[in-house]
Amino acid sequence: MNRAIDLIFHNTTRFFAISVLIVLVALFAVLFNEAKPAMDAFGLDFVVNSKWAPNMEIFGGFPAIYGSIVSTLIAMLIATPIAIGIAIFLSELAPPWLAVPVGMAIELLAAIPSIIYGMWGLFYLAPILRDIWGGNGLGLMTAGIVLSIMILPFMAAITRDAMKTTPDILKESAYGMGATRWEVLKDVVIPYVKSGIIGSIILALGRAVGETMAVTFVMGNAHKVPDSIFKPATSIPVTLANEFTEADTDLYYSSLFYLALILLLISFTVIATAKFWFLRNLRERRI
Amino acid sequence: MTRQNRRILVNKVVMALSTAAAVAGLIFLFWIIGVLFYKGFGALNLDIFTYDMAPPGREPSGLRNALVGQLLLVLGASFIGVPVGILAGTYLSEYGGKKSRLARLIRDISDIMMSTPSIVIGAFVYAVLVEPFGHFSGWAGIAALAVIMVPIVLRTTDDMLQLVPGSLREAAAALGAPKYKVILQVVFRGAKAGILTGVLLSVARVAGETAPLLFTSFSNNFFSTDLDRPIASLTVTMFNYATSPYEEWIDRGWAAALILALFVLGANIAGRMIVRRKR
Repeated sequence: MNRAIDLIFHNTTRFFAISVLIVLVALFAVLFNEAKPAMDAFGLDFVVNSKWAPNMEIFGGFPAIYGSIVSTLIAMLIATPIAIGIAIFLSELAPPWLAVPVGMAIELLAAIPSIIYGMWGLFYLAPILRDIWGGNGLGLMTAGIVLSIMILPFMAAITRDAMKTTPDILKESAYGMGATRWEVLKDVVIPYVKSGIIGSIILALGRAVGETMAVTFVMGNAHKVPDSIFKPATSIPVTLANEFTEADTDLYYSSLFYLALILLLISFTVIATAKFWFLRNLRERRI
Repeated sequence: MTRQNRRILVNKVVMALSTAAAVAGLIFLFWIIGVLFYKGFGALNLDIFTYDMAPPGREPSGLRNALVGQLLLVLGASFIGVPVGILAGTYLSEYGGKKSRLARLIRDISDIMMSTPSIVIGAFVYAVLVEPFGHFSGWAGIAALAVIMVPIVLRTTDDMLQLVPGSLREAAAALGAPKYKVILQVVFRGAKAGILTGVLLSVARVAGETAPLLFTSFSNNFFSTDLDRPIASLTVTMFNYATSPYEEWIDRGWAAALILALFVLGANIAGRMIVRRKR
């Protein structure tokens, strides 16, 4: 009796565990299948073709891919130094009475739904940028700034966690030899947690590239490669969010799935690199 | 300048820069929170909870149908995602162990699934559950949220069960308890607080998701609890209202944002407090 229940329990848990694998395989298979008509029609040229004309049944993914990459790069350029600054401040500089509440506030901010960052960008940031740069204040730069603020708490929290893994005894020996805080950071902490920090940054990049709601409001939604980062543009998630329910022909619909598949491949590669290349080393060293 | 003075100066400059970065980052973050609370509380009133959405200009109107829809979607996703995640996590920790290839593969896949763009999951569910049936539905929204939820619950359950000391399992097994009883009555009991925290965090995470609902549960201007039809949600309503030209809709979008943020923050704080008290 007990053995029968044991067997049932074992196999039930295994079934649900394997269901995660099934969903992932289905995710790739379904997207590939839906994207097939567009792949047959446009081939790999889809990636470099910048013409997106639904009324003529011509679809090129380059403006969306370009927008995704450029807005993510802008976000990373802004967020990385600030996140590392916050991590240094929290792990090395701030006294505990300040570091604990600020650290907790940052972790909570990482949980705020991204659509709220997008609304702030549309109603508060875009008008300010409009006054500075002219135009309508929407575009890759605005999207990049909103994105950088959205990933900042996440990035700062995991970078701080990585820095905390440095054994105190290593730092203390450096201080004991008369090193300044900066020298301890530069020559002890950063070399020790380098791969952890790089992994954290890449992981944040993976989040940023697929982020939809923080950027949809402020991208400006123009289906072309803009001649300046201050002009309206688009990105893969923005195109999907805005056009998915409008796709009226099979080829249009299939082209959107082609974009979704490209986004999945990009984020999958980025996240897998972060997890298995950089963060795994960190985990193994800690044990 | 002596070498010593230069070292001290460089140190001060770098420390000042990192403090400045921290202050700048925090100012922006608190600016956003400030705006959210200012606009949100300004637009919050009782009508929001008691009346349904209405065209601009028609009063009284509120967000009742979106609140109910949001609740149904999140509850539905939890009913699927929590048991599946907990059972799958149990397999990884209790049957898979550290050496099993299958368990390691599933852990890695879940880690990746946690960061997969949620709009891609929305597109996937659209192809599987919306297109074949010819209409948007609450069930499709629930499925999309559940797909996002499972890996989170799975990984925290796995981690929390592994924290339970092996000696407890051995003690129970030595008394003759079959493995399923060891797991259900000893291991689960030891990891209860941690699992509950994982569940709360995953609920908070999916409650804030907008992208996967845009083309699965879609939206609905009327009060509905029929999951076989499109259903309103707070997040999609925020998206629609914030992009509308109507002042009153935009204000109500901020009220929805505040309600959502308070729920998400509340769930996060509760989750953290449970773990802390346990320690």
